Parts: sequence; C-alpha cells; structure tokens
Amino acid sequence: MSEQHQQPRVAVHKFSSCDGCQLAFLNLGEDLLALTERLDIVFFAEAGMMNESAEVDIAFVEGSISTAKDAQRIRNIREHSRYLITIGACATAGGLQALRNLAKSDDWVQAIYTNPEHIDTLDKVSPVREHVHVDFELWGCPINKNQLIALVNSLSLGVLPFEETDKLCMQCKRQQHACVMVTKGSPCMGPLTRSGCGALCPAFGRDCYGCYGPAENTNASALGQRFDGVGLLSTQISNRYLSIYSNEQAFACTGQGWNEES
Amino acid sequence: MHDSQIPHEAVVISRTQESRSIFSIGLQFTDEELNKQYRFQPGQFNMLYVFGIGEVPISIVSDPQGSDEFIHTIRTVGRVTQILEQLQPGDRLGIRGPFGRGWPLQTLQHRDILVVTGGLGCAPSVSIINYIMLRREQFGRLAIVQGVKHSEDLIWHDHYQQWMQQPDTQVLLAADVATHGWPWHIGLVTELLPQVELDISQAATMLCGPEMMMHATAQMLLESKAKADQIWLSMERNMQCAVGLCGHCQFGPDFVCRDGPVFNYADVQHRLSRRGL
Amino acid sequence: MSFRGFLPRERFDTLFSILHKIGAQCIGPTVKEGAITYAHLSSSAQFPHKVTDQQEPGSYRLTPTTDARWFAWANGPQALKPLVFAPEEILWRSERNATGTIAFTTDAAQMPLTAVIGVRACDLAALALQDQHFLHPQGQDASYASRRRQLILIAVNCTHPSASCFCHATGDGPEVDQDYDLLLDELDHGFAVRCSGATGEQIVQQLSLEPLQPSQLNEIDNANRHAAEQQTRHLPATDLEQVLNTLQESGRWQDIAERCLSCGNCTSVCPSCFCHSQHDVPAADGITSTHVRQWDSCFTQGHSYIHGLVIRNETRFRYRQWLTHKFAGWIRQYGRSGCVGCGRCITWCPVGIDVTEELQGLTEEYNNA
Repeated sequence: MSEQHQQPRVAVHKFSSCDGCQLAFLNLGEDLLALTERLDIVFFAEAGMMNESAEVDIAFVEGSISTAKDAQRIRNIREHSRYLITIGACATAGGLQALRNLAKSDDWVQAIYTNPEHIDTLDKVSPVREHVHVDFELWGCPINKNQLIALVNSLSLGVLPFEETDKLCMQCKRQQHACVMVTKGSPCMGPLTRSGCGALCPAFGRDCYGCYGPAENTNASALGQRFDGVGLLSTQISNRYLSIYSNEQAFACTGQGWNEES
Repeated sequence: MHDSQIPHEAVVISRTQESRSIFSIGLQFTDEELNKQYRFQPGQFNMLYVFGIGEVPISIVSDPQGSDEFIHTIRTVGRVTQILEQLQPGDRLGIRGPFGRGWPLQTLQHRDILVVTGGLGCAPSVSIINYIMLRREQFGRLAIVQGVKHSEDLIWHDHYQQWMQQPDTQVLLAADVATHGWPWHIGLVTELLPQVELDISQAATMLCGPEMMMHATAQMLLESKAKADQIWLSMERNMQCAVGLCGHCQFGPDFVCRDGPVFNYADVQHRLSRRGL
Repeated sequence: MSFRGFLPRERFDTLFSILHKIGAQCIGPTVKEGAITYAHLSSSAQFPHKVTDQQEPGSYRLTPTTDARWFAWANGPQALKPLVFAPEEILWRSERNATGTIAFTTDAAQMPLTAVIGVRACDLAALALQDQHFLHPQGQDASYASRRRQLILIAVNCTHPSASCFCHATGDGPEVDQDYDLLLDELDHGFAVRCSGATGEQIVQQLSLEPLQPSQLNEIDNANRHAAEQQTRHLPATDLEQVLNTLQESGRWQDIAERCLSCGNCTSVCPSCFCHSQHDVPAADGITSTHVRQWDSCFTQGHSYIHGLVIRNETRFRYRQWLTHKFAGWIRQYGRSGCVGCGRCITWCPVGIDVTEELQGLTEEYNNA
C-alpha cells in the first residue's frame, strides 16, 4: 500500500454531459491496466466511486457547468486538485447543451415541463475555464484514448502534454485520404477543426463535422463561403458551425452570420 | 541512420542556478570515445533531448578548449526546458551536435571586437567573451555592451565585474527598467553605443539578441562607418532536425541550423527587420 | 533514349511478372476514394479503366470516358513523395532504465524493391528536387536515402494534362526526359517502350517487345506535342524571385489570407514540399519512447514557433512563406524553383486558391510599381 500512495492520485468528475468521455478511460483496454499500475484512481463517477473532496494530483472533469450547484462543485474540485484537466467538448467549450445559450431557454422550460419550477439552471451553459483555472484541455466529442495516454505520460514526466492545434487536414493528408470536399463537394469542417481524432470521418469518405473543436488560426468565414459554393443552404451552413462548439468564438460568429441570412 | 540524426547519452556533471529562470548545466558524454572526439566552435549549438518529451536547440557557452565538460546556459520557457531545469548532477539526457556555423573568431585575431547583446542570458555572446578572455593577447580592444529589459534580468554579475577589470576591456550595461541602486545606464542598449571606446569603423562586431535590437544596433553602427560585412549576428529560429532537413528554421532562403546560426550581417540585412519571416 | 519496341496491351501483365521475379513490389494508379491514387497492384486490371479526371481550382472529379486507355488522365493527389519521404515514421527509440540511463536505438527504414508504374514527368522532376534536399552533401537523410535506392521508376508520358497543370511553364513536362528506368508511351493497342540504366535494360530484355511502326512513332510525337499545347495555365514570364523578394510587404498577402484556410492541403499534396516536425511519443509503460517525425507545413503555428513566440502568427505570413520559398527561396537553396507545375496545390486547395493567378497578380503589381 505504501507504494500506492506515491502514485499520482486521480479523480474523474462528471457535470452536464453524456458520460462518453469517461468511457474513453474504460475503452483504454490493456492500456488501462498499464495506467492503473501507475495511477491511483480514487474517484470515478462512471464507476461509482465517490469523494469529491479528496486531495488528488489529477482531476479529470467531464461536462459543462449549467447549474449553481455545478459552479460550486467545480470550485471545490479545483481546491483539492493539483492539475485540473477538462475532458471533452462539454467541459472544454460548453458542448452541445450550450446551444441553449442561443435560444430563449426560459420560454422552452415553460413550454416543455409540466412543473417548470423544479428546473433550476444558470442562464448560460459555460465551459469549466470560465469558472476555475484549467491546466489543460482535452478537446473532442468524445475524447479518445491516445489523448489520455499522452496526457498521463507527460504529467508523470512532470510537464503538461504537447497541445495539438493543427488542422485536421494535416492528419488526413498524412493518412493519404483524398479530400472529400475536393472530390465530392462534401462540406468538410476539417480545415477548421483541431486534429487528434485520426481523421476518422474522412477515412470513411464522409466530411468532418468538427467534433474536435476549432484549431488555431481558423478562417471560418472563408470556409462558410465555400460551403455556400458547394450548394449548402444558409441554415445548413449555420448548423455546421452551431453544433457541438456553438459557444466557441471561432465557430460562433460565422454560424450566427449564416443563421441571420437564412 | 546518419549519426547526427540520433542523440548520444550524456550525463550532467555540474549545475548552476544563474537567476530565477536561467540555469547552466555542464555535460559529458557517457561514451569516453565521444568525449575525446567532441569538438565545437563558439556560437554552435547542440540539441538537448529529455526522455519522453523531446529536444531543444541550445547554444554552447563554454570554451572549445576548456575542461572536459561542455556547458549550456538555459532559460526555462517550454516543456523540454522545464525538465532540463530539474536535472541534477548524475542525471542523463541525450545530445546531438554540435551544429551550425559559429562566430568567425579565428579569422579576427588582433582586431578590436565589439559585442552587443540584448535580452536574457544571451549565451551565444558569452561564448565569444569567454573565448577572447582566454586568448586575450590574440585580440585588440574588447567592448562588451549588454542590455536587459529589467535590471533583475542581468545574470553573471561576477563575470561582468571581472571583465571590467581586464586590460583593454570596456563593459557597458543598460536596463530598460531598473530597480533602485542600479549603477549603470537606464534605457536602451543602443543608447550606450556612443560611449564605446574603440574605432567602430575598424572593429569587428558581434550581435546577439532580439532581431529588432540587432537591426537597430547594426543601423547605428553603419552610421558610425562600420562595414556591414564586419558585423556578425546569431539568429534564432525553430530548429528541430538541426541538419537542414526539416525546414522549420528557414529564414528567407537560409536554413538557420546549417547556414547559421551565426550570419554575416551583409547577407541578411534586408531581411532582419521583416515581420513574420 | 531510343525506343526499344512495342508492348501489346494484352501482354502488359508480363511486366508485373518480370517485376515480381526480380523481387519488386508494384505500385501503380488505381481508383480509390474518388481519385486516381497510387496503391499496391498485382495486375493491369486494377488500373483506371474508361475513366478520366477533371480538375479545376478546388475540385477533382472522375468522369467516365470512351477512351479505353489506362492512362488517359493527368494525376491524382499523390506523387512519389509519400513513398520516399514517409508521412509519418519513427526516427529513433529511447529507453530509460531504472537507474536513469538512456539508450538510443534506430530501426533502419526498410522498403522492399518497389516499382512504381505510371510516373509522370512532373513526379520525376519533383523527385529530383527532393533528392537535392534529402540527399544533401552536408547532411543526408538516412531513411529517405534507403527508400530512394529501392525505387524502380516506370514512367508513362502524360497525354491528358488537366486544367490545373502547367508543367510546360516550369519546363518539367509533359514529356519525360530524365531519371526513369522504363518510359512508356500509351497507344491504342499497347505501349511504346524506352529504357535507361541496367535495371531498365534487364526488364526490357525479358519483355519480348515487338517492332514499332513509323506511324506509331508519329502518333507518339503528336500526342506529346498536343499534351503541351493543351495546358491552359501559365507562369508569368518574368523573374519571379525578384518579384517576390521585392513585394514582401504587398497588400496582396492579406487579400489571399482572407481566402486562405491555412489548412496545409497545398503543402501536403505538393510533391516537393519537405517540411516535417519531430516529437516524442512516450509509451504507456513509462520506460520507452519513440521519436517520430511527420509531415508538417509552413501553414501550422508549430512551424515557426520559438520559445513562446509564433513568428508567422498570421495567415498572410504563412502564405508568403510558402509562395516565396517555393518560387524564390528554392532558387538560392537548390538552383531552381521548387515548383514542377503539377497543379496539385490548385486542385486540392479546398477553396481553390490558384498559385498561377496569385503570381500573375503579384507580377502585375510589380510591373505597375
């Protein structure tokens, strides 16, 4: 046991999310065994272990902040963690549920729920970084195991991992896929999207829908015009941008612009 | 595989904390044969590899004919240097090198030398000064002009004090911002140039620091009748392969890792102040 | 080199058998993912059949044709580059044991003897450019060199340049005149064959070629001349090195940056672009790590990163770097422009930015200044 205590203590927390990013841990397979020998997992929401106030070295946070209680919990977690790492689109950028920031969500609550008084949410859904300091963000919807392994390896060597900011096109071309936009006119978000997924969609001949979020130095408006050129309707262009990352500036402006056109 | 493309194991022999964010490490190869063969020129650099993280290019500050160890002075900025900072004597790392073209000191014997540097540490210029100090009789007058942003950034106080005491040697220091008690100039390093006591039109000048500072200094020197081809400077770019293959360090048509890092000013003067090059 | 004879179409697969016999794997053009791409092939049945390519800025379409020739198209997204300059490979491995010592090892890059069928003049010109870079006398790239030695180049003269092609303007095509082992000209019923070097000679000896008719030679001459005349894109007839070096602060770079996605597709498909990055990938065991290199691009921020600063932080600087390096810097580095006129950067740019048009615009700006 004494050896156990020298290993980094890890917690995996959940906020507003679908649990998909936590599954990336379980999907590690054999590597999960290798990692559990190097890590001491003290709290894992999906696996049922619960103690939000335990002191940990690494806190992984899944999900966005959408209630007052969430906001309080994340501050508590921050206080008890050496590194706080967001995993996935929701924690990193607000995620799909941040779409409600674009709508009059109060009206919806009144219209949809029989007892709307039981619904207690913040006005806006927000990413974790808007509430506490985040040491590193893993983008993706969901994240994958390679990102987790790279992160754990780097932290165990004493530094944060290298941040992948290149466009997906770089990864796609290294795999020698023919560009789906050029060969088929498919509205591919690859030229704006952060690489890291392994170019999964283009590998199957379909267009990227941006699930790894904005890359660095994006030119969303030029790509929007290109989508227009390949025959997408304004609403379709808007939907490309205002989906998982509607809360990210790099996508939001162009998305809202085309929304107003429609 | 070409030998210069793979690192060799080296061990940390000595470590000195120079300032809060700057430290020096003295290294030796663990392979005795390599230590015997290892030769470098002032101004050349090595690639330092940290296990599992990667490599970083660092200039060599020690003397080419000095002791058994070669010394790197490093400022902590990125992932690799963060780990290098933690290394203690006995710790291992990887080394590739030396790479590039150094200062043309062997061709400048009996000349007056002006060294102008700006910024933190500026290891490439220290290699020049060390070289001249150990061969003082081979050179004429030496003027060292060093500027830092903040007085607290100045490292090697002892060195500067020592150098000031040497014959035919002038040391001028400046800080853009200084704390109380800073005995030297407050302002830009270029403002010190009029005080330099040597014939600038005949001297050989070596520059090291931010590109805009080197550009401004060279402009002033040219106004004082210095010859463009008697000014040299050390450039920095992203060097990954260090052998002119990966393309990251291109500065116009030059590969800084192979054609530099030391360039003759006449060859680069039209590019030096260009943004985004 | 002079013609050695005629290989009837129905006997083409003897070429595959001969190559197989000398221990070479065969790579050639085939239809994949909506484009003509190089793949491992075992017979001519896998070549493109009754299909041609239509290219324009930002668009590549395969369309049916009544032409029964196998090489009735210009080119696909790849040249020879991925075969010799691997998109991603391990340079070396390190292992740190419990006492902290680090050992470095390398696996020499292994590629079997590899025959590439269907190589174009632009591809060969680009290979010569990459040879100049990666086989540099001051520092040769070991993995490139070992793979390069394994190539058998079976060129086929290009008779169907696309609307993006301008190899006639760079002087690199459409007719092959260098560095091939075999050179084929496609005719209706087969191929006219030329060879060069010992390997080429060895293959030709086994091909049992038939005599070529004078009418066939005429036909080949006409086809090659016609291929050059078909090209519609040109480079400005001026000293581009001078134009680019003079116009480094032109407003046109920002104008291009408004359209450019900075996605790096142009540099990835460019057959001469050589930039690559290196990074360490530690394994989950905590004691081993691999040092990997992969294609990079002057359009990424990592390309110009130095200690906390990105030198080319805006697209206008990145595009300027790419164009200036390709058409000016390269001349100082390697004695000629880095462009072979294959047109890939035009076709495969998702937003259809056309280098020839940008160079034309810059030249006009230069002339009017």
